Amino acid sequence: MTQIKALVITGFGTNCETEMAHACRLAGAVSEIAHLSDILKGKIRINDYHFLNLPGGFLDGDDLGSAQVESVRLKHARIETTGRTLFEEIVTFFQRGMLILGVCNGFQALVKSGLLPGSPFGKRRVSLIFNDSAKFEDRWVRVAADPSSPCIFTKGIDHIYLPVRHGEGKFICDTESTLDEIRNGRLASLKYADGSSEPTMTYPSNPNGSADAIAGICDQTGRIFGLMPHPEAFTHPANHPGWTRLKELPSKGEGMVIFDNAVQFLRGIV
Amino acid sequence: MPYRVEVGLKPGLFDARGERTKRQILHAFPSLSIDLKIRCLDVYTIDASGLNDEWISEAFLDPVVQDIAINEPLTRDFDWYIEVGYKPGVTDNVGKSATYTLKLITSNESPVYSARAFLISGALTREAATGIARDCLANSLIQYFRVMDPDEIRTVQPQISVVTLNHTPSVQDVSLTLSDSELAALSRERTLALTAEEMKVIASYVKDPLVIEERKKIGLADKITDVELECLAQTWSEHCKHKIFNAEITYEENGRKEQISSLFKSYIQRSTAEIREEAGADDICVSVFTDNAGVIRFNDEHNLVFKVETHNSPSALDPYGGALTGIVGVNRDPFGTGIGAKLIFNTDVFCFADPFYSGTLPPKILHPLRIFEGVREGVEHGGNKSGIPTVNGSIVFDDRYLGKPLVYCGTAGIMPRVINGKLSHEKTILPGDLIIMAGGRIGKDGIHGATFSSEELHEESPTSAVQIGDPITQKKLTDFLLRTRDLGLYRALTDNGAGGLSSSIGEMAQLSGGCRIELDKPPLKYQGLDPWEILLSEAQERMTLAVPGEDIEAFLALSKQMDVESTVIGTFTDSGYFHCTYGDKTVAYIKLDFLHNGLPKMKLKAHWKDWSEADPQTPVPADHNAKLEEMLSRLNICSKEYIVRQYDHEVQGGSIVKPLVGENCDGPSDAAVIRPVLDSLQGVVVSNGIIPRYSDIDTFHMTACALDEALRNYVCVGGNPEHWACLDNFCWCDPVASEKNPDGEYKLAQLVRTNKALYEYTKIYRCPLVSGKDSMKNDYVGQGIKISIPPTILISVIGIIDDITTAVTMDIKKPGDLIYLLGMTGKELGASEYFATYGIIGSSVPRVDAQGALKRYKRMNEAIRKGLIRSAHDVSDGGLAVALAEKAFAGSVGISADLSKVAVDQDLNDTEILYSETQSRIIVSVAPENASAFEQLFGSDARRIGQAIPDRELLIQSRRGGLIIDSPLSKLKASWKATLDL
Repeated sequence: MTQIKALVITGFGTNCETEMAHACRLAGAVSEIAHLSDILKGKIRINDYHFLNLPGGFLDGDDLGSAQVESVRLKHARIETTGRTLFEEIVTFFQRGMLILGVCNGFQALVKSGLLPGSPFGKRRVSLIFNDSAKFEDRWVRVAADPSSPCIFTKGIDHIYLPVRHGEGKFICDTESTLDEIRNGRLASLKYADGSSEPTMTYPSNPNGSADAIAGICDQTGRIFGLMPHPEAFTHPANHPGWTRLKELPSKGEGMVIFDNAVQFLRGIV
Repeated sequence: MPYRVEVGLKPGLFDARGERTKRQILHAFPSLSIDLKIRCLDVYTIDASGLNDEWISEAFLDPVVQDIAINEPLTRDFDWYIEVGYKPGVTDNVGKSATYTLKLITSNESPVYSARAFLISGALTREAATGIARDCLANSLIQYFRVMDPDEIRTVQPQISVVTLNHTPSVQDVSLTLSDSELAALSRERTLALTAEEMKVIASYVKDPLVIEERKKIGLADKITDVELECLAQTWSEHCKHKIFNAEITYEENGRKEQISSLFKSYIQRSTAEIREEAGADDICVSVFTDNAGVIRFNDEHNLVFKVETHNSPSALDPYGGALTGIVGVNRDPFGTGIGAKLIFNTDVFCFADPFYSGTLPPKILHPLRIFEGVREGVEHGGNKSGIPTVNGSIVFDDRYLGKPLVYCGTAGIMPRVINGKLSHEKTILPGDLIIMAGGRIGKDGIHGATFSSEELHEESPTSAVQIGDPITQKKLTDFLLRTRDLGLYRALTDNGAGGLSSSIGEMAQLSGGCRIELDKPPLKYQGLDPWEILLSEAQERMTLAVPGEDIEAFLALSKQMDVESTVIGTFTDSGYFHCTYGDKTVAYIKLDFLHNGLPKMKLKAHWKDWSEADPQTPVPADHNAKLEEMLSRLNICSKEYIVRQYDHEVQGGSIVKPLVGENCDGPSDAAVIRPVLDSLQGVVVSNGIIPRYSDIDTFHMTACALDEALRNYVCVGGNPEHWACLDNFCWCDPVASEKNPDGEYKLAQLVRTNKALYEYTKIYRCPLVSGKDSMKNDYVGQGIKISIPPTILISVIGIIDDITTAVTMDIKKPGDLIYLLGMTGKELGASEYFATYGIIGSSVPRVDAQGALKRYKRMNEAIRKGLIRSAHDVSDGGLAVALAEKAFAGSVGISADLSKVAVDQDLNDTEILYSETQSRIIVSVAPENASAFEQLFGSDARRIGQAIPDRELLIQSRRGGLIIDSPLSKLKASWKATLDL
């Protein structure tokens, strides 16, 4: 069996790299954490890997709006050895058929650099803005998956329970037609849901006021996926906030399914 | 020609920040009844020319949702435009990121300054708008604001907050041949915070012929330089030297006199030493009281590092910046311990005045709600942006914290016991190692922080002591240093906190035996700083390292790659001197021994007086349901969810027992459990105890109760009582008697009694103190008003749980479960929350039976390991009634309890049983099938007082029969949640 190699990028304020790498490992991949500067230096090459992870955090302190600086860096900073931008490198990675996952700040980076929803890459058409509460909030939410979505990562999920931890997670589109495109392409693979797993616009089940209750979207191929909730924060069953109320602990955390799906898919193609 | 850029949400989109700002304004001005609309804009001022509009848009605009206007107003559709930006020299994190971003696009570095604009629509006068700007939106210590109408905005000029110091750096010689009063005046003028006595010791050092001789050789006059004087004042400050804790004290109690040679040595250090010796091979302490933080064993591979600090004075002046600097500052303590630890959690405890305070405010005092919000936000940004989970904390309210709020920030780290073959908790430095400063640059920020915090807050307190932290610069620094640590590229490190380089290098120099600092080498934020300012600046996000010459190239190369500024600023030596140069001249040359050991001991008097007020007859409420709701809504008891939710408590993926627990994730957790190593089931437990109300009666019992509270919280979640350690953090009102402080001897006696209790109780619990901190001048003096905080000690406990899957939370789990109360209830309502509702203090402060408690805690741990306990909650503020209510509504499961079943040590009435604050009590729920095993284990210490019931109600039966409380949980919970739902 081929080793699936996961790369987790950190640096400049990213802070969920350890648990993201841990989740990749639990799913069966070998995972490596790389500081962005190692990639820019040419010491580590994105295209030596199969699974690219952009974890959560506060890139550049969210100073100009979440991942705004990162979107500029991806397009302008060049890799010393090749002269290519990180953005070009990521597009090549995608074109090789590989998988890209962005969580929270990583999702914001995918969206703001125009990697999601894609078509065409590079144009920002959706965004993640201040929660309606204007507050950073740490709370657990139920998210329901769209079974008809092409998303590789959410296959087989009905609903899962995950924490959100963000101040800027309200999903919004530039135009109604972009939203229609997302609806028609079934790209909104995860939505904030109520107790009966129906998408909801009611706070706090929908923690930020996202359009269409969107918690995560993928591109048309389903191979790029970004979401605001943190699957890597629920790798162990005792991460669940109510685990002491459960009769029996499940064998793993509900967030693992996202990583398991990714690794399983990659095993089929590499 | 500079550019002024405005960015705002497109019309029609919901402006969440604007709405929140509006809520804040309405909180601050409750009488403002007009219909306000607020829109928020981001303003960037770029000091450059020849920029292309597209570049500016790419850097600052989110085209999906925002519009941009360059050198013109984005809109004139408002009544008042309030711009708030930073004054020159104040850390502007957004401006810094903006500069960086523009450089990515243009390849040129152009300074960018950030500001925020608030566009107000509403019928306000200019005066009212200015009032809002001044009292709610801007802090004039660090920010400017300007108020404009729609006409004025058309001609608005860019505001460039550049620092221009037309000052040529110089070194002054200072004559100390002065009278006592002149010396005291000089100390006050320069914010040295030294007494005339201490100044005289310095004066006689400089007059020593041998010293004169040595100084002459190196080109110094027989006067002291300002660099030396400032360095000595910082090193000898209360903040750094803990003079009161090391003073010679004559303590008098009921006519009996006692000599105490040093509180620290006699009580704190002694307790730990004795506990360690008794523990022998089971000693869990690794490094205590010597480094920036205490180190204990986690397991065979890892050690834990823990430190709690306070940042009170800066938070009083600028709550946001003060608290932000507090949290990122304390991060550097465990980070700078040994050769460096990875940071795994934060804990925060705040003491504020009533946020709904409606009295008049003395000069320079901010409204408590502003302090509350500013501190909350500062810690939010500092913790969340650093990627360190905030897992535990509490807030205490007392109006005496109006004078100074207390902001306790704590951080723990983990480090492999051995790194590259060396014990990681040890520091070594060899002569010849290079001195490196890494991280932020130096500015005037924070100068005199160490000495300023060693004084009371007064109307002329220096504003330069206020600064704003930059968590991202620090995150980049810690990412870099953890990597260089593992690569073995440095030998030792320490943080730059209070006292800046003077303190960090001064301390490190003791390891090699001297140092030579080149004060013209450290990078500055702007030119024009005098050498003493460079040495003393407390500019944030800096670490000092000792790097061997052979590693310097690799160290600097990686530093550059990871976008961290590192500079060689000198050499560690074995000269015996603290030696500074500036250019080719020596500007400081002090014997290390004098610097560190020259400070004379203070001699102080302490006089204890027993509290005279007696307990009145306990008032009995007419309506017990209403009283319980009132108790639950009290500031010290009510839900703190508003704050807790805004702190990330699960980053790093190891969260096991969260601060909010229960059926709806909103019950108040007793303590936190995290799993720092993700492929192990071993956990870290952290808890705290703080109960300053009890100080009114006796600080001895206050301290015992704080310690016991922290320990029982720890035990409730499953912490191991044979593997625990604690930190002491004292915040006192000035305990040095003087004309302006006539009751100083009593306050010092309160401090002595706290230390006596610490010694006595930590010994019984075998819980070693491993680190601590004291902040001794928490008073406010202004316009003839003096406000002193109540003597406050925070006890923070850290320890382990062997298997996190055995952890227990406080919420009732299932109807049918049996409810037990562990421990006897006494008539102890002195200084209780219940008495406080009647304005009574009384005398019956709770007394801790530590021997009995320890037995109980060990049994608790055994029961938890065996899986006998479904939930456990400690009984504290508000007593049994409050604890039962919390347990029930957290679990959404009702409770029926009978007060006649409660074990009492004398005749208590219903009210007293409900609200007594007797310590060491725990309420547990047990599944019926485990009842007999549980009862067997605890014997008569556990009394079954009730049962969980299917109805969501709290039913409490009087001792005489009949229900005295029958309230739906929804109603109780609503009272508990409403108070601080801001």
